[in-house]
Amino acid sequence: MKISREDVLRVAELAYLDLSEAELETYRAQIDEILEYIGKLNELDTTNVEPMAQVLADDQTADATLRVDLVVPCAVADEVLQHAPDPEPPYFRVPKVIER
Amino acid sequence: MSTPSTISSVRESVAGKKASAWEVAAEYFKRIAARNGELNAYLTLCEERAYKQADRVDALVAAGKPLPPLAGVPIAVKDVISTRGVRTTCGSKILSNYVPPYDATAVSRLEAAGAVILGKTNCDEFAMGSSNENSAYGPVQNPAAPGCVPGGSSGGSAAVVAADLAVASLGTDTGGSIRQPGSFCGIPAMMGSYGRVSRYGLIAFASSLDRIGPFARNVADVATVLKIIAGRDPYDSTSATAPVEDYASSFSKPVKGMKIGIAKEYFGAGMDSGVREKVTAGIELLRKLGCQVGDIQLPHTDYAIASYYIIATAEASSNLARYDGVRFGPRVESDSLISMYRKTRGAGFGAEVKRRIVLGTYVLSAGYYDAYYLKGQKVRALIAEDFRKAFGQVDAIVTPTSPVPPFKLGERVNDPLQMYLADIYTVTGSLAGLPGISVPCGCAGGKLPVGLQIFGPAFGEAQVLHLAHAFEQAGGAAL
Repeated sequence: MKISREDVLRVAELAYLDLSEAELETYRAQIDEILEYIGKLNELDTTNVEPMAQVLADDQTADATLRVDLVVPCAVADEVLQHAPDPEPPYFRVPKVIER
Repeated sequence: MSTPSTISSVRESVAGKKASAWEVAAEYFKRIAARNGELNAYLTLCEERAYKQADRVDALVAAGKPLPPLAGVPIAVKDVISTRGVRTTCGSKILSNYVPPYDATAVSRLEAAGAVILGKTNCDEFAMGSSNENSAYGPVQNPAAPGCVPGGSSGGSAAVVAADLAVASLGTDTGGSIRQPGSFCGIPAMMGSYGRVSRYGLIAFASSLDRIGPFARNVADVATVLKIIAGRDPYDSTSATAPVEDYASSFSKPVKGMKIGIAKEYFGAGMDSGVREKVTAGIELLRKLGCQVGDIQLPHTDYAIASYYIIATAEASSNLARYDGVRFGPRVESDSLISMYRKTRGAGFGAEVKRRIVLGTYVLSAGYYDAYYLKGQKVRALIAEDFRKAFGQVDAIVTPTSPVPPFKLGERVNDPLQMYLADIYTVTGSLAGLPGISVPCGCAGGKLPVGLQIFGPAFGEAQVLHLAHAFEQAGGAAL
């Protein structure tokens, strides 16, 4: 077994994700099977391989084309707040975080 | 009025005053009203916006002004692409009431070219899926294969074009989500190179893989739409600086002498015999057109799915952290902030998305990062290197798009790994950042559409489209 029930609980905790008992076991079993499959990557010796962290070739990247830092007006706050779950313009309201 | 169904036929009707852009839009909305109940391909229509744009086009016609390339052309947009003032759900409950305050660059460019945006198309939740069955708003029917899935994740975008409920559409491709539904619905569908089309306004799934691209009824229309949406965008620092070519300019030239690579890794076990028969016939057709077909090797193909599902889920777990009930979407109230996050996310995401968040968080977590995420990125480099070597020898690589033809709705929903494994022929090009198209290549058993996939080297869109166009003109779809 690659992944335990405790692992799934710990990861769900990290991801701020409530899972039901049924979901816990279903995902554990399915992810276990997927990780088992992913294990085939260990057949490859990648000691001297550089990880591919960048897709575009160097001459296509943003570094080659840094833009001028211009201030552009962006007046969308009203529209954004209009669709928020609990707006109190100009703020988003959330449950209390700090006890006084 | 007649039923215009390609970009040039609509444009000619509008320019020749046979039908106004307004009438074309009205005709499409009428068809959508008649068929969408059955297909479930559109989630939201934007009639007001469409008619306003049609009026602008009709005013140009009335004034005798020059018409832009997509004047009056009805186009649909996948619901993971932002449209200002038009609800954009990503096929998820967690964005059920989200209305973006801005347009994606691809959408702005289409409208600037005269296109009439009809509405937003159904898709797998956050583009995660290969059958469109992971949408919170129900599955889509495949108009080309009744009772079957349309493919995914851009199933709605493929279905609306196949059913002539739009002349073209935009989809997104992370591991095959444009090409595979194109193949399943029997229409051409393309992703350009990574960075070819700006991702600004594309709601992120996996940022190093996501691409926007077109579906249309023929290759020429795919080329027209791609050319319009492609190109550098200051709002996306990963959009490429390479100049955009006039893809159609080579279409009149023969493909004789073009070197085409075939890799045995794409014809292995698990491939449906009907798909094999059609794709083999497709390769024979390319040979008859004078292409030089030869064997190449892509030895790391078998590791692509494993690498892909590490990288894609890792990036997804990070990108989807923003759905926390604070700024958009419905919130599940609770007494503390953390508990509100957890309940909102638990209730708002569907099963596939939760599975991928858990997997992605796991492969990035302390103690597993090197074994999974770093390993996945190293194998990604090996896969990209395979392609680099192959493109030293050939101009294009031809493969099947999917190992299987469209399958029945509900047939595969309970086995995520089996569903992932069917992405084998498409994820490779996604990982390597290459352009790829799927073009119709007959029907397996005379009924189920098969797609032929063509990969080109990075920014080799012109040669990919050239070959696809020649294949289509030679009767590839009727094989």
